[in-house]
Amino acid sequence: MLSRVAEAIYWMSRHIERAENVARVIDVNFHLNLDLPLNRSDQWEPLVRITDDHPLFQERYDSASGRNVIRFLAFDTDNPNSIISCIEKARENARSVREVISSEMWEHMNTFYLNLKTLTDSGQAMAAPHQFFGDIKRSCHLFAGITDATLSHGEAWHFHRLGCLLERADKTARLVDVKYYILLPDISDVGSPFDNIQWSAVLKSASALEMYRKRWQRITHERVADFLILDRDFPRAVHYCLLRAEYSIHEITDTSPGTFSNPAEKVMGQIRTRLDFTQIEEIVTGGLHEFLTDLKQGLFSAGESIQQTFFEPAGN
Amino acid sequence: MRFEGYRTEGFYDELFQADGVPRSGARVLVERIDSLDRGELKRRQTAAELALLNMGITFTVYSDTSGKERIFPFDILPRIVEAPDWALIETGLKQRIRALNLFLGDVYGEQRILKDKIIPEELVLGGQGYLKACAGIRPVKNVWCHITGTDLVRDNAGKFYVLEDNLRCPSGVSYVLENRLVMKRIFPKVFEAVPIRPVDDYPTRLLEMLHAMAPEGVTSPTVVVLTPGVYNSAYFEHSFLAQQMGVELVEGRDLVVSKNRVYMRTTRGLQRVDVIYRRIDDVFLDPKVFRPDSLLGVPGLMEVYQSGRVTLVNAPGTGIADDKVIYAFVPDLIKYYLSEESVLPNVETFLCWREKEREHVLANLDKLVVKSANESGGYGMLVGPAASEADRSAFAEKIRSNPRNYIAQPTLALSRAPSIIDDHFEGRHVDLRPYILYGDDIYVLPGGLTRVALRRGSLVVNSSQGGGSKDTWVLE
Repeated sequence: MLSRVAEAIYWMSRHIERAENVARVIDVNFHLNLDLPLNRSDQWEPLVRITDDHPLFQERYDSASGRNVIRFLAFDTDNPNSIISCIEKARENARSVREVISSEMWEHMNTFYLNLKTLTDSGQAMAAPHQFFGDIKRSCHLFAGITDATLSHGEAWHFHRLGCLLERADKTARLVDVKYYILLPDISDVGSPFDNIQWSAVLKSASALEMYRKRWQRITHERVADFLILDRDFPRAVHYCLLRAEYSIHEITDTSPGTFSNPAEKVMGQIRTRLDFTQIEEIVTGGLHEFLTDLKQGLFSAGESIQQTFFEPAGN
Repeated sequence: MRFEGYRTEGFYDELFQADGVPRSGARVLVERIDSLDRGELKRRQTAAELALLNMGITFTVYSDTSGKERIFPFDILPRIVEAPDWALIETGLKQRIRALNLFLGDVYGEQRILKDKIIPEELVLGGQGYLKACAGIRPVKNVWCHITGTDLVRDNAGKFYVLEDNLRCPSGVSYVLENRLVMKRIFPKVFEAVPIRPVDDYPTRLLEMLHAMAPEGVTSPTVVVLTPGVYNSAYFEHSFLAQQMGVELVEGRDLVVSKNRVYMRTTRGLQRVDVIYRRIDDVFLDPKVFRPDSLLGVPGLMEVYQSGRVTLVNAPGTGIADDKVIYAFVPDLIKYYLSEESVLPNVETFLCWREKEREHVLANLDKLVVKSANESGGYGMLVGPAASEADRSAFAEKIRSNPRNYIAQPTLALSRAPSIIDDHFEGRHVDLRPYILYGDDIYVLPGGLTRVALRRGSLVVNSSQGGGSKDTWVLE
């Protein structure tokens, strides 16, 4: 497969995954604010921290009001990580590889963008935010489903998976990090209904509440971190993402699992192994934030080495 | 919408032989449309436009800063070509392409035709499309113009003429295929009742042709389509054809020349490329040989091509054969190379290069259509009867300062076809671009792009000038 094509597919999927994460987090926060006591409501600033874009945000907006944060995260075309920017880039990526992906994928991506642009330009999106962000999520899921059902599960599909899973792992790690940091200091709240609401919201932000309940029933912050980081079966858990991403990269290179033939496989193997053989208690004792910082750094290096291994022009 | 009030207004009409009397091949369609509920046809037109928009068959209007995308206007009333007409077109095109291909081999080879003074040497060797770098090259199987799109028009009597030959990188065939796809959804019953020849196997034919053009000794060639990239206005077509053939779509930066071979950069290293269906212009192909500022091409490509280790489709240098001045000589070429009379006539053409004809052109600018020799897309032309006095005198100046660059033709009363204009039908002028593949033999796709000048009275069918397209039904 052409390096340029592999790169476009990888980024197409990363951008869609990114847009979906932003939509989900905004949607959850909307609902969370409705449930919180008035003096604690309107917590929008952490959302900007999840995407790591707070410097750009502060430069462009005077206050972290809900209105500003949503505009920034969803509709601001000057924010490269806003929903509209991500979907636009995903669509441009898709356009540049439309002969490789299925026409169903392309047509969905194209209509998705055109509809989003119409809604954004007309200002209708915020008239019914739940509907709007729900539609974004569904469109992203639909794209994943169409891709799964219409694209051969060969090299192109594995690059799609790589992009999607690395992005998801990164976003889940950030979500846990930011929320843990913001929510935990209020010791007095532990065990209160308010605490429960907050941690449920964290889980909902990763579409994880119901699956978490089945696994652990009671909500405690440690178990939430455990589930979102270390679970091997939940599709948004970091561990799950790494297992599957590693599988895809080995499918691409034909290298046996547990070995490596390039830096990307090596980095991914190292992070995954660390998650294989650790427990949440150890992580918390050692410092969750430090652990997640390491993890994010590892994911970043994985992305860099994928770039160098597969996408940078070879030969000459 | 009904055809009740439709008037042919004295023009040759592609669907009606007289007011209220459809041609035999159009009868089923006309009856079907007349039987539709009020508003139904308009709904189908809207559905067709939405389908094209969702398929992303769009272009961006550069002057529109919002970046809004538009589809190429598509009129769902098809143009119908009946079997005897098509037989003539097919024979005529095959003859013409064979002669033009021989001409290309000759002018880049022995130059017999110049020595025999059939065409003045300076017109050929001094032509903008003549590439010295191609002299002496013998392409695989001696084929130069693998893919041609020839523009045909019909006059008031219904007679077909060749208006232009396009041998460089003719575009538009993807619209033929996509328009057909949409039309089958819109008029399924008509397709059941009328023997319309399918166009769907074009990609297969194209791939077969490309395979047949593999360099000597290569048995299972790697074929690619080379595009200037996603911002090119024909990008949709490049990617569509690559997808339909199942081959890689590459950009110049994906290719690299090494040890006198062309390779593409893949996730598993370099992979050899044997046949390149290139959709970038000659002069951008190789910055080492042509324009040094080209970022679209591949440095060193021409050297590999010259040594026969890669095939370029179409061959570089074909532009000389669709120079509008050379066009005027095509009937002579047919006679010279094939000893035959042209089956499809040229439109009468005055060469401003000849003093006597130039005087005639300058004296009759208000009656003629003037075209520059190497432009396309409806640019660089003057439609005399529609132009202002100022436009005409500006053009006269251009002709005097560079006569070699201009030809003129009488303004033809082009045939018309009914088109949907708001809520009724009106006749609009059309042309026809069939596509011809030259591989082991010559194949003419039974169909083609019918372009329609949607502005009332306009004769310019180019999409850049307010033109749209129609599906073309060739009947069994």
